[in-house]
Amino acid sequence: MIKMKDVYKKYPNGVIASNGLNIKIARGEFVYVVGPSGAGKSTFIKMMYREEAPTSGVIMFKDINLATLKQKEIPQLRRRIGVVFQDFKLLSKLNVYENIAFALEVIEESPQSIRKKVNEVLKLVGLTHKVRMFPEELSGGEQQRVSIARSIVNNPEVVIADEPTGNLDPETSWEIMKILEKINARGTTIIMATHNKEVVNTIRHRVIEIDGGIIARDEVGGDYSVEN
Amino acid sequence: MPAMKSEVTIALKIRTLRRHFIESMKSIGRNRWMTFASISAVTVTLLLVGVFIVMMMNLNKIATNIEQDVEIKVLVDLAAGEESLNKLENTLKKNPDIVEVKFSSNEDELEKMIEGYGKELDLYKQNNPLRNVFYVKAVDPQKTAGIAKEIETYDYIHEVKYGEGKVEKLFNVLNKGRNVGVVLIIALLFTAMFLISNTIRVTIVARKREIEIMKLVGATNSFVRIPFVLEGIWLGILGALLPMIILSVTYVNLYDRLQPKVQGELFQLLPTTPFIFQLNGLLLFIGVFIGIWGSFMSVRKFLRV
Repeated sequence: MIKMKDVYKKYPNGVIASNGLNIKIARGEFVYVVGPSGAGKSTFIKMMYREEAPTSGVIMFKDINLATLKQKEIPQLRRRIGVVFQDFKLLSKLNVYENIAFALEVIEESPQSIRKKVNEVLKLVGLTHKVRMFPEELSGGEQQRVSIARSIVNNPEVVIADEPTGNLDPETSWEIMKILEKINARGTTIIMATHNKEVVNTIRHRVIEIDGGIIARDEVGGDYSVEN
Repeated sequence: MPAMKSEVTIALKIRTLRRHFIESMKSIGRNRWMTFASISAVTVTLLLVGVFIVMMMNLNKIATNIEQDVEIKVLVDLAAGEESLNKLENTLKKNPDIVEVKFSSNEDELEKMIEGYGKELDLYKQNNPLRNVFYVKAVDPQKTAGIAKEIETYDYIHEVKYGEGKVEKLFNVLNKGRNVGVVLIIALLFTAMFLISNTIRVTIVARKREIEIMKLVGATNSFVRIPFVLEGIWLGILGALLPMIILSVTYVNLYDRLQPKVQGELFQLLPTTPFIFQLNGLLLFIGVFIGIWGSFMSVRKFLRV
């Protein structure tokens, strides 16, 4: 589903964030992306939803080459990929329902379809009883659940989560992981960058470790780090 | 099926348009202080620009009047008979650079002199020393000197006069005045545009996260941009209203008071209609234009997510 071949990324300030990445991620996989800060993890993630373009190499999302994708075609790609962030990125002036519906409104879905889809994902993340509440009235875990609901409301083929448990306490982190597992069980590919050792070591999945801009390790059911 | 699909698309378009419209209105209400600041910026600038335009247009009108008053006086040789005079008149009239040819016989000229200097000159009526004259106006008054030179080459010409030296100086001053005015107006407009683009930028910074999320979930650039462009248009229109009213009322009053006092044909002000309507149309257009331009400049930066 996602393929990288000899991906090289150099930023204008001279930093080389990717120095020849080669990877294949199949449909329905759950992948952890680990590695120290500043090792090129973020760039790896950002290139997948085309916030960054590689300097050279090929990144294939199904049959689309993200390396040569035109600016105009990015919106269509993003509609097929859900993204979740550490800081939730919710709109404080909108309530739970509106925050999720927003993602469909701006891609011009019809009101009927929006209602149906939003109610579905609200059920999936277990927030049906809090639809009218605003982000600041929710706990961190609940806010992240809203953010996840928003990322999957358009039925994306992949969900890319950048440190989704980074701001949450351990107990809440498990809640979030349960939801991500549920989404994965429906057949959605999940790529999750994380520093959460416990999560990686407990819920075993494929682990891709990035260090110095290259894939240092790629191990199915691997540990958070080799030293452990 | 295709017919149904196009109906759905139209319904979508209308809904989207309504959403953009409502969004732009909401944003104006939500950011009351920024809205006020933007509108004030447009108002002040358009007021200045408007005053300049009024002054420029009227000065231009006066300048044009002065220019058009420049005449070439063609003194005809005494040897020229009636036929030669007719021939000369035809040649002058056929010249494409000449707009007007007026004949004044030596008797007419003497009458004019007697009017100007008094009855003592009556004695010249027996033996008129003056020449027949053609008064000629150029299509483009700025080309007067060249045309005068050309006329000098015609037959039966005694002398061609057009206020040599003075006319060139006058044109020089008028042209410089025009250029200075145009430069000032352009400079003012640029200042206004930067002021507006800055104020709209602040509105957009407040909605940075919203734009970022829109981009991340796959909204197209135009979808993100349209509400801001609409907002810019509203700001431009609202900002133009006050200058339009103030300038219209002031000009009508000024015209009514000044016009009866100014003497002569040269120093005429522009009549209120259609000038007021042209001025208002221009101010509205400038307001809308700088609104659109300002929002475009500001959104561009935030679309690179």
